[in-house]
Amino acid sequence: MPPVRNDAARASRARASARAVEAAALPAAVAVLVLATTLGPAHISLREAVTALGHRLSGHPDPHAWRETVIWSVRLPRALLGFVVGGGLAVAGAALQGLFRNPLADPGILGVSTGASLGAVLAIYGGLAARAVWALPAGSFAGAAVNALLVFALAARRGRGRVFTGTLLLIGVALSALAVSFTTFVLSVSLDSYDVGRQIVYWLLGGLEGRTWDHLLLGGPAVLVGAAVVLAQARELDALLLGELAAVSVGIDVARVRVRVVLGVSLVVGAAVAVAGPIGFVGLVVPHVLRLVVGARHRVLVPLSFVGGGVFVVAADIFARTLLAPAEIPVGIVTAALGTPVFLALLVRREAAAVTA
Amino acid sequence: MTSLLAAEGVTFGYPGREVLRDVSFALSAGELVALCGPNGVGKSTLLRLLIGLHAPRAGRVALGGASLGSLRRREIARRVALLPQESPPDLPLTARETVALGRLPHLGRSEPERPADVAAVEAALAATDTAALAERPMTELSGGERHRVHLARALAQEAPVLLLDEPVAGLDLVHQLQALELLRATVGGAARAAVVALHDLSLAARYCDRILLLAGGALRADAPPAAVLTPETLAGVFGVRAEVRADEAGRPYVVPLAPLPRGP
Repeated sequence: MPPVRNDAARASRARASARAVEAAALPAAVAVLVLATTLGPAHISLREAVTALGHRLSGHPDPHAWRETVIWSVRLPRALLGFVVGGGLAVAGAALQGLFRNPLADPGILGVSTGASLGAVLAIYGGLAARAVWALPAGSFAGAAVNALLVFALAARRGRGRVFTGTLLLIGVALSALAVSFTTFVLSVSLDSYDVGRQIVYWLLGGLEGRTWDHLLLGGPAVLVGAAVVLAQARELDALLLGELAAVSVGIDVARVRVRVVLGVSLVVGAAVAVAGPIGFVGLVVPHVLRLVVGARHRVLVPLSFVGGGVFVVAADIFARTLLAPAEIPVGIVTAALGTPVFLALLVRREAAAVTA
Repeated sequence: MTSLLAAEGVTFGYPGREVLRDVSFALSAGELVALCGPNGVGKSTLLRLLIGLHAPRAGRVALGGASLGSLRRREIARRVALLPQESPPDLPLTARETVALGRLPHLGRSEPERPADVAAVEAALAATDTAALAERPMTELSGGERHRVHLARALAQEAPVLLLDEPVAGLDLVHQLQALELLRATVGGAARAAVVALHDLSLAARYCDRILLLAGGALRADAPPAAVLTPETLAGVFGVRAEVRADEAGRPYVVPLAPLPRGP
């Protein structure tokens, strides 16, 4: 029976490409991090970079101190931060797409990232950000938390204690729109001062320029903890794909899972936006593309999304730094510019395959 | 014999609207019971109460002696499986992955599938005639094929009590009969029992031991098909003029003839 053989062949092809992606994930991560620390306007070879790192880690002074500074204090924290932020945003997208059973869900949908943006913009506008390094991330985190809690409290109130998925989505979208309009308003009144206005616009584009170890220490742990919370719900997210009733049937406490996933995602997104601005497209595209290749089981999809999102943002940041060097393009522009065609190509190809199948 | 599942005076409603009033029945091992009644009478609601998704406002649901409210979700899931009426049409999983989700109540948090789980999935796929579809994405299957895969998920759960909400809606004739034969065989073997919400009274009469007839929020009948399916009952509950005939094995079947004019 040819159809069955075709099925089997297609299934094994699909499995093979899934395994290839899984096997390539870690080498790709290492490769992109190495590239990010060696590529840049200051020419430093891989060997020199390793030597500089060795000096730094062993405590012996480097005869070429500037190399050590560039590698250790500029490129490495920036690359690692990009990786953690990209990974976190992709994990958040994977979790939300699963939770809402909607491929269009992304970290913006709960109002978390837009709330974070508003908090950060207020910190810049109020002048706090100019006075203390931590003020901007703190404002951003506060904005994320306030919006996430508000979304949740309203959804729980409407459901008389139970939180329904559709309600969560609608309230998230509404509060997100509110945060965006407030942000735009703050931006419009801040345009009187060229400096503040420019800073806000730049921050809103999302970027990794000038990020240091402090940013990594500030945002990294929260992103990792939030991602771990999401990963711990992998099987529950799988079951939720069946619909809430069937998920209940297989023993899932749907309300509890929803709370945990939303809290985990809020932590990830709040922290990521706090340190890198609202880098768009990662949370939408990376998990979506990976799901097409490796399937929707979250135990595989969530960790791969972390690595995939990390690789994607670090690679985009390499472009951002080198394409128009010494000028920099905000990495959020590059992620959108790279992400859109890849996303559309995959979408069209898959639709075509589905039609001819 | 103790019952696998029992509803004891179950009453449920939303503020200002009572849905079910004082519903009591028991389900014993080996039984296949049909749940019938007009649209919107609360069949799906009753099934949700039986799996503990809603808590009754009065009365209780007992699962082998324990009250449903005192059990954790996973414990309930090892003893009751529910096949909902509708399933998402765009499930991004293969048929096998879908069926394997039925094993979740038996697996620890990060425990990998054991041979017993793989065997249960294979058995459920084979029983529902979906083994050949196992590696196909659910999005590429027809509605009927998808439905059988979801039935396989419920079977793979290996719960003693199966609750099925309209499991034959959308299936062609042969798969309707196969699905009910399968349920009959499933409850016949192990110490299992099933409640099946059915619109087709003739199918219910042919395969089920008893019919639970819901009308106006209350249980109007809980008896063997021949006792429930009378022209008078059909007129009173469904508002139709109908003939009840007997097939060659003497089982009743229903021929609906015309809707009755609405009473005053």
